[in-house]
Amino acid sequence: MRLMNRIISKKQLSENVFRMELEAPLIAEERKPGQFVILMIDEDLGERIPLTIGDADPVRGTITIIFQTVGATTMKLSRMNVGDTLPAVLGPLGRPTDIRGLNGEKPGHVICVGGGIGVAPMHPIAQALKAAGNKVTIIMGARNVGLFVMKEEMEKIAGENLILVTDDGSSGRKGLVTDPLKELCEQGGVDEVITIGPPIMMKFCALATKPYGVKTVASLNTIMIDGTGMCGGCRVSVGGETKFVCVDGPEFDAHLVDWDMMLKRMGAFKPQEQRAKEHVCKAGIF
Amino acid sequence: MTPKERMAIPPQEMPQQDPKVRAHNMNEVALGYTAEMAKTEASRCLNCPTKPCMQGCPVAVNIPGFLEKAAAGDFAGALAVIRETSLLPAVCGRVCPQEKQCQKFCTMGKMLKDVDKAVAIGRVERFVADLARNTGAETPVACAPKTGKRVAVIGSGPASITCAADCAKAGHDVTVFEAFHKCGGVLVYGIPEFRLPKEIVRKEIDGLKSLGVKIETNFVVGRTRKLKDLMAKDGFDAVFVGTGAGLPKFMGIEGENLNGVFSANEYLTRANLMKAYLEDQAATPFWHGKKVAVLGGGNVAMDASRMALRLGAEKVYLVYRRSEAEMPARREEVLHAKEEGVEFHMLENAKRVLGDDKGFVTGLECLKYELGEPDASGRRSPVAIKGSEFTLDVDTVIVAVGNASNPLIPATTDGLEINKRGNIVVNPDTNMTSIPGVFAGGDIVLGAATVILAMGEGRRAAAGINVYLAAK
Repeated sequence: MRLMNRIISKKQLSENVFRMELEAPLIAEERKPGQFVILMIDEDLGERIPLTIGDADPVRGTITIIFQTVGATTMKLSRMNVGDTLPAVLGPLGRPTDIRGLNGEKPGHVICVGGGIGVAPMHPIAQALKAAGNKVTIIMGARNVGLFVMKEEMEKIAGENLILVTDDGSSGRKGLVTDPLKELCEQGGVDEVITIGPPIMMKFCALATKPYGVKTVASLNTIMIDGTGMCGGCRVSVGGETKFVCVDGPEFDAHLVDWDMMLKRMGAFKPQEQRAKEHVCKAGIF
Repeated sequence: MTPKERMAIPPQEMPQQDPKVRAHNMNEVALGYTAEMAKTEASRCLNCPTKPCMQGCPVAVNIPGFLEKAAAGDFAGALAVIRETSLLPAVCGRVCPQEKQCQKFCTMGKMLKDVDKAVAIGRVERFVADLARNTGAETPVACAPKTGKRVAVIGSGPASITCAADCAKAGHDVTVFEAFHKCGGVLVYGIPEFRLPKEIVRKEIDGLKSLGVKIETNFVVGRTRKLKDLMAKDGFDAVFVGTGAGLPKFMGIEGENLNGVFSANEYLTRANLMKAYLEDQAATPFWHGKKVAVLGGGNVAMDASRMALRLGAEKVYLVYRRSEAEMPARREEVLHAKEEGVEFHMLENAKRVLGDDKGFVTGLECLKYELGEPDASGRRSPVAIKGSEFTLDVDTVIVAVGNASNPLIPATTDGLEINKRGNIVVNPDTNMTSIPGVFAGGDIVLGAATVILAMGEGRRAAAGINVYLAAK
């Protein structure tokens, strides 16, 4: 049996956000921006969860995941330590991001809008866009300054075209990411917008760009089970057609996604998820 | 014994769990013959010269041959005869639709004018296989000398298990690549424990390991590694694609994306593979369906409806647009489902799923149907009766209307020829695809079919691989 995926490094980035580097040489070699993994911390009774690949180092043979402790499994994952192994890490899954400049379209001006830890998967995408000759503007949004992740990395890519937005004004502009997004669209010369973050944020980004006819791509983060297209648990409606996020996505035309249906489907197991979280807290595991 | 004496032997009933009890546990329903019952049942075989049973078997197991040995109490000998052809008797004895295959053509059944009174070939096969497994009496198989050639087998369902075993026995170095964290394919995520105990599948996988086969789980070829890179970069000399038919079909009706609507694959994977029914221990969330409608009439629909009962449903409705006689499900599953309390709503079909403003299922609107002219499959076409709408009060809808071939390998492998249904096209004698050295078999070639057909494909492909590698 192959080596299990060892945790090489671990860092807490904010109250609920952790970064881990995992040994995963094959995934590191094959992975392209936009793809994700499905992992399990226990192969007998654990659940399968999707996490985006924030970064990969084919030379070291590692991938980096940045995750938020939103439920029982991510909570338990955050308590694992360097040297521990994950029994199951499957990837890289999903279709890679379509990078303007490499896909037949001429390089242009692309705005990357990252909300919360949505910035992590945005990082390799922004890097690839810049390398393909696009002008890259990055809008990062968070509730407050303490919740920003990978600020330095994004600054390296966008330079003065990095716009920070916080709900409470503790850093950058006070307001929502859609404020600078609308302004830039109004100015013109925007060829594409890519948005990754909470679904409600992506929905409003799509609504913001629609009147300007700017191509807008969103990376969806639905519930998943197998991640290889055999169950349909992750299905969403895009342009009236049913698509599987794990194999047809995770990125889709944000103007065609039925956001309300997606949000409702993500709430299908809320009571069970809540109970599981409480169980983990009470048991003192977290 | 004379034929008349054999005819007088009563067909041996299969002991089974009481329906009311078993509808609430996951234990196997059919408990298996005793040695006496197996001998007696095997003695009913007339050993007809034309051997019609063998013609009914998709892989032509030497049925009269193994029944003769079983009748004499030589169960090890009977197993050896079966194993000349079939690698998975414990599985096939349980899941083959014998009433459409060997038993359909059995002379005894014809003489008694009842296919249920044919020699119970499957039950004897199962007994013989179970006995060997339970007593640890399996004799290890010798492998041919190492050839130095490497074979990659993609998937770990029945076609792949068979192909891997045959290639290993021929002396090749075999690695199986499985996307899931557990091996077995549909045997482990689809067919429930109460029909096929997972211990049996684990034993088959252990059997592969004892032949020297390496197993890589959590490895999805097409993504973790491209198929062609397995050959170009990783040194594999041949590849077998056994990725199956796991792409769920939906009906495309209104409301199908409401919370509480599941493909049978999702419902069964959560329950079987992820053990969601162990609510306090398993992490995968468990859906509490109290009133469940299952759409479909095949084995998957039977599995889903019987699983729903075991997961605590008070009412389970099986909604099928034709009549019971046209249902493709295995007869025993239909009978078991009825005994356990699944309510059969025949000649009805789902029109749309109704939901509340939070997006959860509240009911299923259905139409009544009648049978019209036969369609291309020969079965009479179901035709909706206008204005016959009515609503079933349900909170869960499970869609079990079929699966298509997994699209990932064709989508990520240039030059791999597929037909319009997404099945990989192969040479019928060797199972080689349009890419030299790449073979395929099972549901990925046939479309959703049976375990025994998958096994037959795996054997033929292995023979094709062995010939191909010998010539390399």
